[in-house]
Amino acid sequence: MEKLNSKIPDGPLSQKWIKFKASSKLVNPANKKKLEIIVVGTGLSGASAASALGELGYSVKNFCYQDSPRRAHSVAAQGGINAAKNYPNDGDSVYRLFHDMIKGGDYRAREANVYRAAEVSNQVIDHFAALGVPFARDYGGTLDTRSFGGVQVSRTFYAKGQTGQQCLLGCYSSLNRQIKKGNVKMFPRREMLDLVLINGKARGIITRNLITGEIERHGAHAVVLATGGYGTIYYLSTLAVSSNASAAWKAHKRGAFFANPGFIQIHPTCVPQLNEFQSKLTLMSESLRNDGRVWVPEVSGDKRPANDIPEEERDYFLERRYPAFGNLVPRDVASRAAKERCDAGYGVGETKLAVYLDFRDAIKNQGKKAIENKYGNLFEMYKTITGSDPYDEPMRIYPAGHYTMGGLWVDYELMTTIPGLYAIGEANFSDHGANRLGASSLMQAAGDGYFILPYTISNYLADQIRIPKILTDVPEFDETQKSAVERLNKLISIKGKQTASSFHKRLGKIMWDHVGMARNEKGLSKALELIKELQAEFWRDLNVPGSINELNQELEKAGRVADYFELAQLLITDALNRKESCGAHFREEFQTPDGEASRNDNEYAYVSVWEYAGEGNPYILHKEELKFEEVEMKVRSYK
Amino acid sequence: MLDALNKKLIEANNDPVAFDHDCREGICGSCGMFINGHPHGPVSAITTCHLSMRYFKDGETIWIEPWRAKPFPVIKDLIVDRSAFDKIQTAGGFISVNTGAAPEANSIPVKKKNADEAFDSSICIGCGACVAACKNASAMLFVSAKISQFALLPQGRVEAKDRVRAMVEKMDELGFGNCSNTGACEAECPKEIKLTNIARLNREYYKAY
Amino acid sequence: MNKILFSSVSKKFVMAVAGLFLLLFLPVHLIINFMLLKNDPAPFNSAAHFMASFPLIKIIEAILFGALLIHLSYGIWLQIQNWLARPVGYAGGNKSETSFFSKFMIWTGLSVLTFMVLHFFNFYFIKLGLVPGNPQDFYSVAHNLFKIPAYNYIYLVCFVLLGLHLFHAFSSGFQTLGLNHRIWTPVVKVFAWIYSIGIPAGFAIISLTLWLYR
Repeated sequence: MEKLNSKIPDGPLSQKWIKFKASSKLVNPANKKKLEIIVVGTGLSGASAASALGELGYSVKNFCYQDSPRRAHSVAAQGGINAAKNYPNDGDSVYRLFHDMIKGGDYRAREANVYRAAEVSNQVIDHFAALGVPFARDYGGTLDTRSFGGVQVSRTFYAKGQTGQQCLLGCYSSLNRQIKKGNVKMFPRREMLDLVLINGKARGIITRNLITGEIERHGAHAVVLATGGYGTIYYLSTLAVSSNASAAWKAHKRGAFFANPGFIQIHPTCVPQLNEFQSKLTLMSESLRNDGRVWVPEVSGDKRPANDIPEEERDYFLERRYPAFGNLVPRDVASRAAKERCDAGYGVGETKLAVYLDFRDAIKNQGKKAIENKYGNLFEMYKTITGSDPYDEPMRIYPAGHYTMGGLWVDYELMTTIPGLYAIGEANFSDHGANRLGASSLMQAAGDGYFILPYTISNYLADQIRIPKILTDVPEFDETQKSAVERLNKLISIKGKQTASSFHKRLGKIMWDHVGMARNEKGLSKALELIKELQAEFWRDLNVPGSINELNQELEKAGRVADYFELAQLLITDALNRKESCGAHFREEFQTPDGEASRNDNEYAYVSVWEYAGEGNPYILHKEELKFEEVEMKVRSYK
Repeated sequence: MLDALNKKLIEANNDPVAFDHDCREGICGSCGMFINGHPHGPVSAITTCHLSMRYFKDGETIWIEPWRAKPFPVIKDLIVDRSAFDKIQTAGGFISVNTGAAPEANSIPVKKKNADEAFDSSICIGCGACVAACKNASAMLFVSAKISQFALLPQGRVEAKDRVRAMVEKMDELGFGNCSNTGACEAECPKEIKLTNIARLNREYYKAY
Repeated sequence: MNKILFSSVSKKFVMAVAGLFLLLFLPVHLIINFMLLKNDPAPFNSAAHFMASFPLIKIIEAILFGALLIHLSYGIWLQIQNWLARPVGYAGGNKSETSFFSKFMIWTGLSVLTFMVLHFFNFYFIKLGLVPGNPQDFYSVAHNLFKIPAYNYIYLVCFVLLGLHLFHAFSSGFQTLGLNHRIWTPVVKVFAWIYSIGIPAGFAIISLTLWLYR
């Protein structure tokens, strides 16, 4: 506790943010130009932060590894973005949105942050509408909403199945406006190699130009990480292939504490792996479970095509296990049940790692037309990927890693434990507890970037106005660059036999098998050992062709995988430490007799915050106790 | 498929083939190769990353090339520099509204028809297939998609004239070819953006003077 | 100012306006040509005389030549820019699906130009007195020309090419002008079919009739 100060303002929950805004320090407009801010990442949070800070007049430098800021993985979010507008007049409010998020996160998120996220959600929608994001509308010209993720109100704004893309392009457009004005300077195809600290404060980053291989130094008065989550630690996930945790991990090793690394959401309805060369899994909207029935053959290893298996030989396992909710149980429960069946040998398809999602009955009852109206685009997407038509034969689905609730620990001001280093969006831990509700990631990311960080960062920068431009020809930059280059050299000079991807694949398999949807002490300990062995093999037998000073995609991959080996160990340490089941973190030892998660609020109502204690030393655990003043902790039940 | 090729190449101590890719679900627009004479391959309405090997015959030789256009210089192997697209967007592809200055979202009603049409234009992923397919390497489909999205919304009308002038000017400056209405872009666009956008861009441009 | 006049969209606009204006000329020419089918040379010759002497027609003629010149020079200019936009082509070829005729506009256009030069030598330059001939009797000049098989071959080939040119030109012109409409665009496309087949076919019928039946 001693090192963690979450800086939550006093007063009633609903007044905290108002109070903070009224009392936080400001920077004089003339001084803003002289203050430089680095923003790493151009997703919803990164691009929104960079543009909002640019609008205020700061000198912003924005980095991304893609060739264009428009390609950040926020682009792939499908369902929608939540806001407490209460347009449908169905009783929604900021408080209700806040309450749903706290409950959905299984009471492992910080009340004040969540309330604030709900509070700014309405402004986010206003801003996106003004930016020309083409949200779905009603005939009267007003915005349409839909319900999502099992909540009782309709608060999700959407643009067909491409809400993430549309919101991201909205941010990208506001970013472009600032680039044109010269307030933001864009650095695409750059990967952050390390964070530079001067006198304990974040003062810059070392990047590698991915085209030329050149190592570059960038100084700034503050650094903002908007680098997303680490779901690709499973290798196969719904994330972009190159999404990675390296920037956040480097910051962690430089002193930023890492919170709740073990909380990773597994999404139940993804298109399963078709062959061993496949590099990612595609998400199918969870709305499919509204009409689809999930089943596996009753006999293990049944090789008949799905349509030849008669009704009485099918096991509708979700309906069997959860008669009340049936196919509509929450994400984590559905994922675990599917995995259980496949592990028991009932999986379908060539890999035996899939279950059927069958629309036969829905088509029979409602007609093909009705199903087409609801899910037409998803069915088409499925057909494009697999070549099989869901109208004729059942879909095959399997869970996949999706979103990481864990991330860098931040205080109320979104600052990490390193002064001047901020983490926003998925990269921080703050708003989703142990499980994220649907359509709240876009909301949080854009809220952080547009409406929260610009206020909180000035509270820090107001004290930095006397610091002149950060020069990069100082020993701190020299040293950090040296260690970054050394590491690259080390990776490239191993000259073994195996590719970075093949290691990544093996790491992913270990993680998926033992640190996935259901975890237990034995499995976790075994995974830890296996990963250490694999890591040693990696540093012995990796093959990275080419050199540092050129475009070298293998080198990029190798660096990311190397960091994942380290993060994986912390993740397991965290999962071992948390001897309870909550949200996405399911420890088999801690379940109710009927297989439900059993939370332990007495001992684990805290955020696990991990401090890096140097190479080879055990991580130091700090606990941020979670105090719930407004909501009462209850058990989630779906029976 | 290219992952498999690269694994083999590296294991045989050869240099792998560099190519752009990221989300692998057809939305980020990173991937883009000219496969067997077509951008994103011979199957319509999908991106390269969705182009499964089952679309090809066993033993078929597949011909892969990078995009070819003067404003898209090849960086390495199959990677081209598409920053020209970003430059066009920077020139005017936005609505000037500061964070916090937005009016209540429902205070500006938008006709459903317009909102839906704006959406159909806005789903462009900026992959560059239109330029690659066009015999003139014209970027009109790309530019017109953005122009259309904003032209159709009341929020975008305020700056419509400046926007279209600035974006067309930048497009010309970067050396893209001229549109000759061949329709290749529409046929090859993985997101099926329509030629009607180009007509709208033309209209908007004339209106701007 | 340069930006307005010489932007890609403006150039296309000029190209389209000039081209669509040229489209008006062809039906007039065709109607007069049909008079060649009569055994009496007088109607054709007087029509030709009228076209050559009436002051208003003179003005239109000047505009027409202007439009032709602009259409031609802009066409070549645009085409050169288009080639420059892709300095390195596709080794495997570009098989992108396109409206077929649009790919050859420059070549069909230039072929039509070649024919026009020939045509000028045969008729227009006589009128101007640049080449010998009787400007009062184009009827005979035409009838004599259509007796030469080679001339007929060239004539027919050129009109097929013109048809191909027109086919794309017609709807393309409307698209460039931004005249795009849910109902009218398909109508324009149908009209493009009729026009681009009808006009060259008309000219070809005259040529074939004179050649084979007279």
